[in-house]
Amino acid sequence: MTTSTAEVETRLTRRISNFLYQRSRVGLALLLAPPTFWLALVYIASLSALLITAFWSVDSFTGDIEHTWTLKNFATIVGESTYQAVTLRTLGIALSVTVIDVAFALPVAFYMSKVASRGWQRFLVISMTLPLWSSYLVKAYAWRSVLSSGGILDWILTPFGIPSPGYGLEGTVITLAYLWFPFVVLPIYTALQRVPNSLIEASADLGGGTIKTIRSVVVPLIIPGIIAGSIFSFSLTLGDYIAVKIVGGATQTLGTLIFTNVGTANNLPLAAAIAFIPLGIILVYLASVKRTGALDNL
Amino acid sequence: MQLPAIKIENLTKKFGDVTAVDGVSLEIAEGEFFSMLGPSGSGKTTVLRLIAGFEKPTSGMIRLFGEDVSNKPPFERDVNTVFQDYALFPHMSVTQNVEYGLTIRGIGKSERENLAKQALALVRLEGLADRKPSQLSGGQRQRVALARSIVVKPKVLLLDEPLGALDLKLREQMQVELKQIQRELGITFIFVTHDQDEALSLSDRVAVFNKGSIVQLGTPQDIYNKPVDHFVADFVGSSNYFDAKEAKQYFDQNAAVIVRPENIQLTESSNSGLGFSGEISEVIFLGDQNRVLVKLDTGKEIFVTEVSRAFGEQRKRGQKVTVSFDASLVSVLTR
Repeated sequence: MTTSTAEVETRLTRRISNFLYQRSRVGLALLLAPPTFWLALVYIASLSALLITAFWSVDSFTGDIEHTWTLKNFATIVGESTYQAVTLRTLGIALSVTVIDVAFALPVAFYMSKVASRGWQRFLVISMTLPLWSSYLVKAYAWRSVLSSGGILDWILTPFGIPSPGYGLEGTVITLAYLWFPFVVLPIYTALQRVPNSLIEASADLGGGTIKTIRSVVVPLIIPGIIAGSIFSFSLTLGDYIAVKIVGGATQTLGTLIFTNVGTANNLPLAAAIAFIPLGIILVYLASVKRTGALDNL
Repeated sequence: MQLPAIKIENLTKKFGDVTAVDGVSLEIAEGEFFSMLGPSGSGKTTVLRLIAGFEKPTSGMIRLFGEDVSNKPPFERDVNTVFQDYALFPHMSVTQNVEYGLTIRGIGKSERENLAKQALALVRLEGLADRKPSQLSGGQRQRVALARSIVVKPKVLLLDEPLGALDLKLREQMQVELKQIQRELGITFIFVTHDQDEALSLSDRVAVFNKGSIVQLGTPQDIYNKPVDHFVADFVGSSNYFDAKEAKQYFDQNAAVIVRPENIQLTESSNSGLGFSGEISEVIFLGDQNRVLVKLDTGKEIFVTEVSRAFGEQRKRGQKVTVSFDASLVSVLTR
């Protein structure tokens, strides 16, 4: 009797399957090893490296990193008013972007999930995600031209006597709000899809008008989606520096400060220390969100 | 004359090319338990949703105690709905669910608590006030949905297959309770169901729907004993159908007839010259009764139900029998 290679293969895979079935812990270990390795080495190790670097300093004469422990960098970012101002400004931008995105996303997501016909709904979901396929840089530069003097925004607003915001804080907020909008609208849309229409009808049936229904039934049920979206817009804004460089004019944010310190100033330890500010803010944000219990239903 | 609780005139609803409700007219009296019975897609639920205000009629009119409500939003109609999926608010406790409608009506806290407690007592759910809907069984959710709707004292209560998701025992129990609650509150119930037993046992009157129209409207007895056509006879209960030609042959009638299987007599073949002889081709034992399928010598097959015999000789396949009909128990179809 001859045995074909295919049969040998089947027998071998069967034996492996049987082995793993009987020793499920080995199977589990094999399954978890690659992601654990990735998380430990690439993610946690690099974060640790960042933390360690923040406690070193730079020899101002040679530009070399001195591997001696010092709290000098942290003293600088806590003590100097420039850093405090930039932190507050970045926080303000992140909050504005989040508020604007959520405010626009709620009605859009509601229309998409509850009002639009099936075909129209599919079209809208695609058009919401389509911008994610194009390059971040292209979109930022597109806004640069929209915001430029003599640009589209200028052309629209001037007849009404309103000056175009131009490059600066407002331009940064507008551009970032545009860039992160899909990340905010999609989780809210998904959350709304999971709210059965009968709940909305039941509220109306019991006498609830549109506003009462939205406030007492719809919003409480989609809070996890709103928070998921806000985490995206908030954290992405805190770390951004490219859009700020392109449309922000002279606006400094934590991102641009890190960029300058890594590049122009060649002060990696200070940049590492600054990087801990947004990290800290995000941790505080997540902790406060967790305390409201909104993440329990995720 | 007293105003009807609901008066529907020539109501039509189209979804695109599909006509879900096709010119329905009916009147429902105050305090009546009215059922809308029909297969799925017959338009009964759409009529209910039109009365509730979740859909706008394409044409026609709905009057609630004389007032035209056809184009009013649901929150301005004095009717409430018990939904098929119960539609309880998952983020609210049982009490909060029941108090929802009262809060909207601006009723104070202490009175609200009082009314909610009464409503929960009526549906026998006193102990579960602080639970969330996810911690309740199907039957309990059903009761909360009922309490939430009746606590705001609607003039008409709409029930959309409220017992559909419950198992048989619970369903029978809830049927009795629904009937009692309706009698106690004295409000009009409009009950949508595809279950004929439910419609017959609960209702004062039944409307049988098919293809968007009412085929027959009447008391449960009328519907069962005097069905107007083959569809009603077939959908409500089981029946033996004789088309016009067969009716002439067997009953000397000029129109199609139906005979309910319990209205047919089976006797041993030898002792009677009347009736039609045949042979038993199947016996199905159902506990309290037997369903017997008889093949007549003419080739016609007939279903007969008999009270089953606890002792003595049982019906058997192949037994020769005589089938006789009581002329007064034959229903002549009018359509």
